[in-house]
Amino acid sequence: MTHVSLKVNGREVSRDVEPRTLLVELLRRDLNLTGTHVGCDTSQCGCCVVHVDGVGTKSCTMLAVQADGKAITTIEGLAAVAEADGRAEDGLHPVQAAFRQHHGLQCGFCTPGMIMSAADLLSRNADPTEHEVREWLEGNLCRCTGYHNIVKAIMAAGATMRGAATPRAAE
Amino acid sequence: MYAFDYAKPASLDEAARLLADDPEAKALAGGQTYIPTLKQRLAQPTRLVDLAGIPDLATIKEEGDGLAVGAMTTHKAVAASPVVQRAFPELAYLASLIGDPAVRAMGTIGGSVANNDPAADYPVVVLTLDATVRTTKGEHRGSDFFPGMFETALEPDELIREFHIPVPEAAAWEKFRNPASRYALVSVLLVRTKDGEIRCGVGGAGPTCFRATAIEDALRSSFAPEALDGVTIDAGDLNEDIHATAAYRAHLIPVLAKRCVRRMLRR
Repeated sequence: MTHVSLKVNGREVSRDVEPRTLLVELLRRDLNLTGTHVGCDTSQCGCCVVHVDGVGTKSCTMLAVQADGKAITTIEGLAAVAEADGRAEDGLHPVQAAFRQHHGLQCGFCTPGMIMSAADLLSRNADPTEHEVREWLEGNLCRCTGYHNIVKAIMAAGATMRGAATPRAAE
Repeated sequence: MYAFDYAKPASLDEAARLLADDPEAKALAGGQTYIPTLKQRLAQPTRLVDLAGIPDLATIKEEGDGLAVGAMTTHKAVAASPVVQRAFPELAYLASLIGDPAVRAMGTIGGSVANNDPAADYPVVVLTLDATVRTTKGEHRGSDFFPGMFETALEPDELIREFHIPVPEAAAWEKFRNPASRYALVSVLLVRTKDGEIRCGVGGAGPTCFRATAIEDALRSSFAPEALDGVTIDAGDLNEDIHATAAYRAHLIPVLAKRCVRRMLRR
C-alpha cells in the first residue's frame, strides 16, 4: 500500500491505496464521488474527466498515486469553484447551467466529462469559436444524440463567463 | 492490472538505479500509453518508477541551432510553448494533434519516444531531424535510435534526460488519423534542413518510423507536388490491420508528402 494525500473538491483526503488503484477508482469507490463516470475505460470516451490542478485529465488513465499532493475537482465540486469566483447561477457552474438551459444532454452519461472538459477550455479561453469547441471535445464521446446542443451550451456558457449580454448561437 | 510496487524518486540517477537494481521494474512518464497497457494485462512490472517527481525535466529552451526539450515535457506544453511556436511552429502543430486535450495534458515526449509505438508522432521528428537523445548514459543519434517496433537504442535502465531537436529551415507535418484512436494511420514529416537537405520521415505505416528515400530523391530534383506523381512505396514491409491494408498505407505516403510540399510552397 502507498499513502496518498490529495485535495478533492477542497477537502483534504488521505488514504492508503494499492499502487494499481486508478484515480477514478479512488474517487468513486473510496470517496463515493460517483458523478465521475467510467465509460470506455480505454482513455477514449472522456466520461471520467476531472480537473487535476485545474487541468482536464482522464481519471481512468491516471493512478491515484500520481495524484498525490494534487488538487482534484470533480463534477460534484465544480459549482463550488464557480461560487468562489462569484460566477455560480442557481448553485450551478455556468457550464452546468448552460447544459440545463440548452439541453446539452440526453441520457446524461457523458455529461460530467463533457462539463469538466468544457470548464477546462473556458477557463483558458472564454471566447472559443465553434470549431475550437468541437476540436476540444475530441476526447469526449456522446453516444446518444450528437454534439449540437452540447456545443451550443458551451458557447452560451462562454458568453456568460466573459460577461457578454447575448449568447452567440452555435448554428 | 496486476499488482506492482511504486516508487517516486527525486532524481534521474536514483530512478536509473532503481531500474538497474530490478530488471522487471518499469519507468512511468505520463502513463497515457503505459496505464492502458497495464489495464489490459499486457505488462506485469514488479515496480513502477514514476519520473514525475524529478525536477527540471519539463523544460523547453532554444539551444544553438535547435530546441532543447526535456523528456517529461507534455504535448500540451510543447503545443503551447511560445518558444516552439516561434522557432519551430510545425512541431507545436504536431504536438497539438496528438490524442485529445486530456491526453496531451499528461503524455510526454520522452514517454512517446521511449515507447516507439509504430503510430506515435515524436519518433518521426527524432528520426527525421536526427535529433540528439541525451540520456543517463550518454547520447544517441535519432537516425539510429529506432531499430524496430516498440524498440529503441535505450538500455533497460537508461532514461532520457532531454532531446536536442535541430530546427529545420522549413517543415510540414501531415497526419492521416484513425478517427477513433487519433493515432496516425500514416504520418509524413517533410523538412528542408538548414543545409538545404530534403528529408521525408514516415510514421504509422511500418513497424517503426522510416525515411522515404524515393520521395526525398524525387523532391531533390524538383521540389513540386508533381515530382511525386510516379513515386510508389513498396507495401511489402508495411503494417496491415483492421484499419487499413498495407497497400492503402503505401498509397497514403506520397499523397501526404504531396500535401506537405504544397504547404511548404505556399508559405
